[in-house]
Amino acid sequence: MSVQASPTLFMAMATAATATSAHPDVVSIARVAPPSSLRRTRSKEMWARALRVRFPATLNRGRGFASKAGPQGKVQEAGQGTHSPRLATQGAGRVPAAKIEHLERLALVNFGSREAVARLEKAIAFADQLHAVDTDGVEPLESVLEDRCVYLRSDNVAEGNCTEELLRNSHHVVEEYFVAPPEMNPQPRNFPKNGQHSYLNKKAHLYTPAHILTPEI
Amino acid sequence: MEGELSGVLNRRCVEAAVMTGLALNCHINKKSLFDRKHYFYSDLPAGYQITQQRLPIAANGHLTYSVYMGKKRSQMTTKTVRIKQIQLEQDSGKSLHDDLRSQTLIDLNRAGVGLLEVVLEPDLCCGEEAAIAVRELQMILQALGTSQANMAEGQLRVDANVSVHHPGEPLGVRTEVKNLNSLRFLAKAIDYEIQRQITELENGGEILNETRSFDYKLGCTVSMRDKEGKQDYRFMPEPNLPPLVLYDATSLPADADSQQVVNIDQLRDMLPELPSATRERLVQQYGILPEHSFTLLNEVGLLEFFQSVIKETRAEPKRVINWVLNTLLYYLKQQNLAVSESPVTPAALAELLDLLDSKAISSSAAKQVFEELWKGEGKTAAQIVTEQQLELMQDREALEQLCQAAIDGHPQVVMDVKNRNPKAINKLIGLVRRTSLSRADPTLIKEILERKLSL
Repeated sequence: MSVQASPTLFMAMATAATATSAHPDVVSIARVAPPSSLRRTRSKEMWARALRVRFPATLNRGRGFASKAGPQGKVQEAGQGTHSPRLATQGAGRVPAAKIEHLERLALVNFGSREAVARLEKAIAFADQLHAVDTDGVEPLESVLEDRCVYLRSDNVAEGNCTEELLRNSHHVVEEYFVAPPEMNPQPRNFPKNGQHSYLNKKAHLYTPAHILTPEI
Repeated sequence: MEGELSGVLNRRCVEAAVMTGLALNCHINKKSLFDRKHYFYSDLPAGYQITQQRLPIAANGHLTYSVYMGKKRSQMTTKTVRIKQIQLEQDSGKSLHDDLRSQTLIDLNRAGVGLLEVVLEPDLCCGEEAAIAVRELQMILQALGTSQANMAEGQLRVDANVSVHHPGEPLGVRTEVKNLNSLRFLAKAIDYEIQRQITELENGGEILNETRSFDYKLGCTVSMRDKEGKQDYRFMPEPNLPPLVLYDATSLPADADSQQVVNIDQLRDMLPELPSATRERLVQQYGILPEHSFTLLNEVGLLEFFQSVIKETRAEPKRVINWVLNTLLYYLKQQNLAVSESPVTPAALAELLDLLDSKAISSSAAKQVFEELWKGEGKTAAQIVTEQQLELMQDREALEQLCQAAIDGHPQVVMDVKNRNPKAINKLIGLVRRTSLSRADPTLIKEILERKLSL
């Protein structure tokens, strides 16, 4: 058994933080381009903008996650009329309304109603109680394993020689290599074709989150 | 057992990291931590790489190297590059791009294998310095047994971060240059990138903080930038690896399991001779110059060759080093051969030097013999000397006669000699050498001539 921290949770948090970090001292509204049935009314938009003015400082805490545009797409400037940035999905089609609400619930960014904002304010006030504790000179707890030492194993090869068995895991192999799925956004490649000695830059342009954010979030 | 939750670390990796840190004069952190660095790429199946971003195993060291200065590059000075940190991390798999069929092939054999990353501070000023510093690092790693550090095989990989700035101003925007698989390309790529950045800035442009790849065919760096913008690695503590704790003589617990305990002081005592110490020892031991020592270590296999010759010959080390560096190495470089590919073996050179040392042949004859040995036809030096009749004349009287003949046949030259014309005696010596078919020792000729002319 081992702990697998899901990158998807970080992604969801990132949507909130992306919004906040795009305009550092201003609360912005993160919105996925909604289907027409869900388009907010103008009055809510005005309400949302007023909101921005009232809470400049508080949501800076969201920046603990400090992410700039994550792999799911750029934070683009929306058109005129709203100042809120939009998150554009990259070619994956419409996101169902239920999913949007689910995501908003997870990330606590539903500002579409007065109650939601009040709830958010209460949540922040609740969390602010942490400041009552004096943590000067106290090391943060980063792992529950902090009092242990990592176990050192001796440099002996105990397993291996199972090439065929491993290659059977993939339906597409070429000469003992796994074949990676084709890239979503292939970049012009300027690497010399010197075969096995190319050591490549590791960039996240191969997969869109549509592959990674599996439906069960 | 409660330890079931935690991951496991290879002890040899830890020892290698500590020894490398000690060799590079670093502070070894008795407690270091592991983190996850997340990004998506087809050769990283887990979607993250375990590394040591917050608190690495070693930090704040330095690496000393020597550069040749001056026009004739005859003066050696030492320079230092600071080591920011050394961290343990996991290797990813290897990708091969098959552009023909638009597919990427993945080899996962090395995925998860331990890596050591050495981060240098921006103290290097040009491609040549970087190449020398990396070469020194390579030799240290090889001496320690940490790595065979062969760049062509990908055992040592180097990424260069390059920026330019006016003196006194802060560092400029840096670019990262990848795909450098030899010291030569490392130097070339860095120099190209420096020039590119200067030209760009002088034309009023700006430098983007991007990653570039070195195209060795065109000799230039090419942007690898894509539209995604800056990477977000989402560092988080590695939940499966507790802190790595190291001990020294003072902190060693009494009942410690020796398999589980890494003792920094013990490893320090086990450090082998490092290249800088080796160079000094060679200077002391053989009476050679520091520059000679530098070259002996710098050329792969040359030190072993030199020491083999020394063992088998009577000749003085100074003479051996002269032949190894000025003749053997010269021939090797001419034909772009490695020391291991030399057609002249240490034994053959040793025999040649013995003949020279016993004055059986002259030095010019020796050069001829070397030339013949280089052909690699399997003949020994002695055989070549006999075949080409290169032995020095042993008959003193015959030589005296040749000298007399030269004197008699060239009265004008004799006159010049008697008039203290300094070049004239050499001319006379040359004449005798020719008539003796280069089989006479020039110093002996000179001695005889001077005596005959009552100089």
